[in-house]
Parts: sequence; structure tokens; C-alpha cells
Amino acid sequence: MAAIASRPDTAEELPTATGRQLRTVLILLVPGLLWLGIFFVVPLFTLAGTSTQTPSGSGIPGEFVQTFHLSNYWDVISEYKGHFGRSFLYSILATVLCLAIGYPLAYLIAFRAGRARNLLLVLVVAPFFTSFVLRTLAWRQILSDDGWVVSSLKWVHVIPQDMAVTASPLAVVAGITYNFLPFMVLPLYSSLERIDPRLIEAGGDLYGNGFAVLRKVTFPLSMPGVVAGTLLTFIPASGDYVNAALLGNNRTTMVGNVVESRFFRVVDYPTAAALSFILMAIILVLVVLYVRRAGTEELV
Amino acid sequence: MSTGIKARRWLGRHALHIYGVLAFAYIFTPIAYVMVFSFNQPARSNLTWRGFTLENWTNPCNAPDVCNALGNSLKIGVASTVIATVLGTMVAFALARYRFRGRTTTNLLIFLPMATPEVVLAASLLTLFLNMRVQLGFTTIIIAHVMFSISFVVVAVKARIASLDPRLEQAAQDLYANEFETFRRITLPLVAPGIAGAALLAFSLSFDDFIITNFVSGDVNTFPKFVYVSAGRGIPADAYVIGSAMFLLAMAIVLAAELFRWRRAKNI
Repeated sequence: MAAIASRPDTAEELPTATGRQLRTVLILLVPGLLWLGIFFVVPLFTLAGTSTQTPSGSGIPGEFVQTFHLSNYWDVISEYKGHFGRSFLYSILATVLCLAIGYPLAYLIAFRAGRARNLLLVLVVAPFFTSFVLRTLAWRQILSDDGWVVSSLKWVHVIPQDMAVTASPLAVVAGITYNFLPFMVLPLYSSLERIDPRLIEAGGDLYGNGFAVLRKVTFPLSMPGVVAGTLLTFIPASGDYVNAALLGNNRTTMVGNVVESRFFRVVDYPTAAALSFILMAIILVLVVLYVRRAGTEELV
Repeated sequence: MSTGIKARRWLGRHALHIYGVLAFAYIFTPIAYVMVFSFNQPARSNLTWRGFTLENWTNPCNAPDVCNALGNSLKIGVASTVIATVLGTMVAFALARYRFRGRTTTNLLIFLPMATPEVVLAASLLTLFLNMRVQLGFTTIIIAHVMFSISFVVVAVKARIASLDPRLEQAAQDLYANEFETFRRITLPLVAPGIAGAALLAFSLSFDDFIITNFVSGDVNTFPKFVYVSAGRGIPADAYVIGSAMFLLAMAIVLAAELFRWRRAKNI
């Protein structure tokens, strides 16, 4: 995963495949691309189809007919705009927190860790080896109002005395931040690690103090990592429903929670499909805008 | 006064290291909780500390559902890792070695599953399976896990191939190795650590996945699914034992590999 912010493709340097090589390329590509075609691209069309269906009227739950009803989309937007708002608010907050926590950590590993680099990188992803759901439950215990963490934070007045943390938006954002931090640190690390340390030294030689060098040299050079890291944190965060379900209350539910309950509790596939589609569309727009603005063509 | 300046200098020099210690403490706190609570006296829920016991560790299959779910997760993990690693490595070689028409489209097709929220992947696969009237179970879970792991394998293996020194392969060909021999005796061994890393990543993605699995699994129980479902009525301490054991096992593998690397680096 560290390679996600991988270097730009130097396609110009590669040989153009011809004849026998072209056959090799085809053999290498076809199985993998077929898998993605059948189980990633085709399902998206099925999802689009389902999102414009209406109940068949037979009274049997789960039976729908294709009516190409676009009104599903308007209904879903007006009914669940609060959920969309919360999904994006929580994920943006968590992404910003991940960047704030992760940048110094990635910097430390890239420039100060010496031989321990690999080991520290593994320690960053170590939480992946326990279970995601189990970790989130551990957070619920850690953040419980009578636990030592919350009590001591109240004692030093970081959070107000009468504030409830259990089952609050704060707990949900904290959970998302914790769970997706590795997705931020790894791309940040891989772009920081690629910076020539001599550039940073040069900044110091030209009388830039530590902060000026960071602002004018290191940070701009690490932009590809910042872009990749924010996307890799923000995208899964906005679709997540485990944190909201386990750490929040019924007023902190996100789009993912609605999709899940529309599928499994209320058998209402068209609504769930329309919700998923809108979520994906909004994310695609945001990603394009963000990547344009941040100005890296490295992704894709 | 001078001690004040000294203290500030010391802090300036070590601020980043202190930060690192705090950050890792933050990362490890929930894991420590899982480990500590795996030694808790068993009860209906495992939320408050009741006293130390080794009972959960000596008998982790006390709640039979847990071990059943764990077994399913391991089977699914191995199967999907093997398929995703083979398919992903093949694609990575094509992308890293050749220029061809449709290269950009291929890159896009590899990137998009990583840029799609899991819940969308899950919902779209489920609608496909429902429309085709496919029975949900092991097969559908493995199909889904391979689908979301391939991209990560491609990216990891591609990076490894790109970092190889092309002169090594040229040297082999200068020594009259044909294309196939060069690949088998030079390229593949050099790329192998990258492939192994990608496989480990694919396995941990599969083993840890809850959202997609929950949608396409039907009646088949997996470890994350078991934990999520029991969250409401209380998770047996056995689940904490399994979580801790998986963590310790993975750490042991990583540490062994790292030690091996250090020793080899010293010998050279």
C-alpha cells in the first residue's frame, strides 16, 4: 500500500509491444481485467439499473420492475440530504485530523528513523492485523464517559466537564480518524522518502529556518503524497458505516448506514442503489476537483 | 536561565521523537485494550474488567461460533489471496514492462476500485448477484475479495518491478540466458519480495474486510461479521483472544523477516 503514490509512469521509456510481445501482454492482462470487468464494471451498471426501478406492486418484498424512474434520485436526495451532509462533514474532519496527526509521523519515519524505517512502517499498519471491528469496539471502551481517557481529558479541561463523548459525533469522527490513519501515513511517507535531502539542506543553507523550509520546500515536494493520502482516507471514510454504527447514536448515521438498512432491514433495493450511486457521483466530482486544484497527474 | 535554554534546545531537538512516541502510543492503545481484555474473566459481555484469567487463551473455541467464523475467514483469505496475487502480478508485469494501446484505460480500471467507497462496491455486487439469482456464500465472498484486492496487488508489484535495475537483466542476456531463463532466474527472484508483500496485504485486506463481506456473504459467517453481529449483545472474550493472536502472529512474521534482512545486510 506504501506504493499507492507510486512514481509517474514513465511510459515513454518502455518498448511498444509488437507481434509476439503483444500476445504476451494480452495473456498477462486478460484474466485480471476480465475479473474487474465482470465484477466491478458490470455491477455498476446493474446498480444504475436497480436505482431506477419501482416496486412491482405484487406485494412481495424485494420484487421490483424496471420503470426507469429517475424520481428515485430526487426522493433520495431530499430525504437523506442530512445523511449526505454528515457523511461528508465527518469524513472531511477525520481526513484533516489524519493529515495533522500523520504528517509529522510520516516525516519522522522518512527522515529520522534510519534503519528502523521499515519496522516503524509496519507498526503504522499493525492495527490492520487485529480486526477493524474489534479495534472500533476497543475505541468504544476507551472513549466511554467513565473511562480514564475521557475523565483525564476533562480533568485537564481539554473537553468541558458536562460533555458526553459516548455515542456522539465526536466519538464517530475519532473512530474514523483512528481507523483510516494508516491510509494517510503510507502515501505521505512514500512521497517524503523520495525527496532529495540535499534540497532540504539547501533550504537551510539559504537561511530558511525549520518552518520556512517545511513550508517552502518539503511540503510542496510532498504534495503527491498529500493528495493520495487525503483521497485514500476521505473516500473509504465517506462510505464507512461501522464507526457510525458502533460509536455513534441514531442521530449520527451516515449514508452507508442507510444503504445497509435499506438492503437488509427494509427490502428497498432501488433506494439503496440510488443512494450508493449519488455517493459515488459526489465523490468522483470531489476527487476530480481536488486533484485538479492540487495539481498532480500522478494518480491514474 | 541557562538550564531553561538547555531544556528548550533539548526539546527542540527531540520534539519530533517525543511526538513519535506519543503517536505510536495512540496507534497501539486500542490493540492494548484488545489484548488486556483477552485475559478478562469470561462473562456475557466483555466491557468491564472483572479479573485476570488464562482460561480464554487455553480454550479459545469455548464459543464455537467464533472458531467456525475464524476458519471461514482463513479459508476465504487464502483462496482470494492466491487468485488476486496471481492475476495482479500478471497485470503488473504487463503494465511495468510494455507500452500498448489501452494502457491508460487499464490504469484507470486498476485505480477505480480503490477510489470507490466500499459500500458502493458492496451494493453493486449484491445487486448483480441478486439479478443473476446467484446463491450467496463462499464463492461470492471470494469473488468480491479478489475484485478489491487485485488493484492493491498490481500497485505494490508494479512499484517493485519499477525499482529493479534493468542492467541485471541485460547482464543475464549478455551471458546467453534466453528470455524465459532471464525471467525465471533473475527477474522473478528479484520481484518475489514485492509479490510476497502484496500477498500479505491481500490476505490482511480479505481477513479484515467487513463491509463488502457483510453484503455478499449470505449465511456464511466470517470473523469480522461475527464480531459486528455480537457487538450488540456482548462479544465473548474468545474473539479478543483471536484478535490478539492474529496480531502477535503477524508481528512475529514481520519481525523475523526484518531480522533476516538486517543479518543479511550485515554479512554483505
